[in-house]
Amino acid sequence: MSLLEIAGLSKHFGGIAALEALDLRVEPGEFLALLGGSGSGKSTLLRLVAGFEQPDAGSIRMEGRDLVPVPPHARPLNMMFQSYALFPHLSVQGNVAYGLKRDGVPRAERDARVAEALEMVGLAGFASRMPHRLSGGQRQRVALARALVKRPRLLLLDEPLGALDANLRERTGFELRALQRRTGASFIMVTHDQNEALALADRVAVLEAGRLVQLGPPRAVYERPATRFVANFLGAANVLEGQPDGAGGLDCPTLGASLRPAEPMPPGATACALRPERILAQPGASGPNTARGVVEDVAFRGDDSLLLVRAAGGALLRVSHAEEDGPPPPPGTALDLRWEAAALVPLAG
Amino acid sequence: MRRIPLLVPALWLLGFVALPLLVVLALAISQPGDGVPPFVLPYSAATGWQPNWEPLGLLVQDDYYFSAFLQSLRVAGGTAALCLLLGFPMALGITRATPRRRPLLLMAVLLPFWTGFLPRIGAWTGILRDEGWINGLLRGLGWIDAPLPLLYSDTAMFLGMVHAYLPFAVLPLYASLSRLDRTLEDAAADLGARPATVFLTVTLPLAAPGAVAAFLLVFIPAAGEYVIPELLGPPEALLVGRVLWQEFFQNRDWPVAAALAVALLLVLILPIRLFQRLEARQ
Repeated sequence: MSLLEIAGLSKHFGGIAALEALDLRVEPGEFLALLGGSGSGKSTLLRLVAGFEQPDAGSIRMEGRDLVPVPPHARPLNMMFQSYALFPHLSVQGNVAYGLKRDGVPRAERDARVAEALEMVGLAGFASRMPHRLSGGQRQRVALARALVKRPRLLLLDEPLGALDANLRERTGFELRALQRRTGASFIMVTHDQNEALALADRVAVLEAGRLVQLGPPRAVYERPATRFVANFLGAANVLEGQPDGAGGLDCPTLGASLRPAEPMPPGATACALRPERILAQPGASGPNTARGVVEDVAFRGDDSLLLVRAAGGALLRVSHAEEDGPPPPPGTALDLRWEAAALVPLAG
Repeated sequence: MRRIPLLVPALWLLGFVALPLLVVLALAISQPGDGVPPFVLPYSAATGWQPNWEPLGLLVQDDYYFSAFLQSLRVAGGTAALCLLLGFPMALGITRATPRRRPLLLMAVLLPFWTGFLPRIGAWTGILRDEGWINGLLRGLGWIDAPLPLLYSDTAMFLGMVHAYLPFAVLPLYASLSRLDRTLEDAAADLGARPATVFLTVTLPLAAPGAVAAFLLVFIPAAGEYVIPELLGPPEALLVGRVLWQEFFQNRDWPVAAALAVALLLVLILPIRLFQRLEARQ
């Protein structure tokens, strides 16, 4: 049985749909990322599961039990808030012990579990600190310890890494996933950062305007985006627009190319995604799945350089040039480009 | 040139706070006299320095003045406590109202400030006196034969005091409650706290500095209040303000009146400092 089953969940705010008939299952011990931009409904979904909002329609079941009529304090899950929401008038100890006190856990056991939780997030010895005397990273850990100390089977995380600076974010991300594995709890993490979602989650759910547009393992979502939105959102793929050529491909006049994907285009589809690193420069290339263009700009990115290539038909292509292939061609260089048929991903919408 | 902006408040403080205070201090150690004005300053070129410590000493020795201070503190403390009790749910209600209704409710709190002070107190007289609205209504219903002694009682005095000072409590409470991060209450609920527990363990402690500020902001001016106890209170409610008035206008003993004013200021310095420290911390 799934741990959490969401079916037909809808929520409107003043006539605007924040969530539209959303279905989603979360398995026990799974790390699920809810990925979307602002207004995608990802935070609304989290607040509905936590019980801070009431749905207009649909059901939320946890281990078979309907959660919708259950008030937030009685729901068997915990949440880590984006701003951490640490109680400023309580010490680290007081913050982490708060939930155990509400459950009437006896003093001795409470102290032991608080110490264990603080140890787990690497904050042993900070119990008597007040929140305003902690760094941002330490506050994040206290919030995590406070949410985990009740040993929930489901933990909701609202942008858990969002307030950390870049170098801390990567390390904390690894720690977050280690904690998830160690506790065996299911994590649902809301994020707008596709790298974070891809790096940490077992499955990524991409939300757009209150709808679930794609759900799958990070690699599948990254390599095979289902729609233009997902392709654009997940790290800057080229979205190539065209008209069906009647032979299972697309004519792409802005690119000056004919696209022949390995798999047939779904009916009505008029675009393919093509990742920058799948485009190769090959002098003399011609025929389907090739294009010509002129390098307009070059951006060094460390292990590769990103070329902006203006195609003959006027479209701008993003092409990755690997560092081991030598220095990238300077702006003004004419390039013959080629890609594998399998690199083209037909987009449904 | 840069000092000119600072010069204006400095001059204002000097002319309208420091100098009058010096005059009051000088008065408090003057000899009472029969002239106009009825005192003799402690220094003159002819007699030299001749301070009179009797008025200040009187305040310590005479129970009459000491009990006036106790009464004042009791009335001010009671008023502040009542204003806090009433003002807290009001302020909480305003912060939780829809953004559209909030300014309307805040205006309703401030509205009494824009009507005259005396007409408002006068209105209470009209409502509470023997031939007033309440007694008239109760007699009309046949529930009572003789009018209830409502006016000139502690009840009437506290009604008037709370009515006059409530906005001083609501505003700082509103300020501190509207600063409160609502996600803290969500977090408490998420950790298993019922709504009443959320209120007691999160909302109330975080609003405490605002509550102390509200208490002091009512307490400090209420301690020196004269008009309301005079017009609504019982004759035995001899507060500092009333005693001061008597000394000044009826006994024409300006030095004792000035000594009372100085003593009241000294008594209030502690809560005033407390309030200032609280404000500085926020």
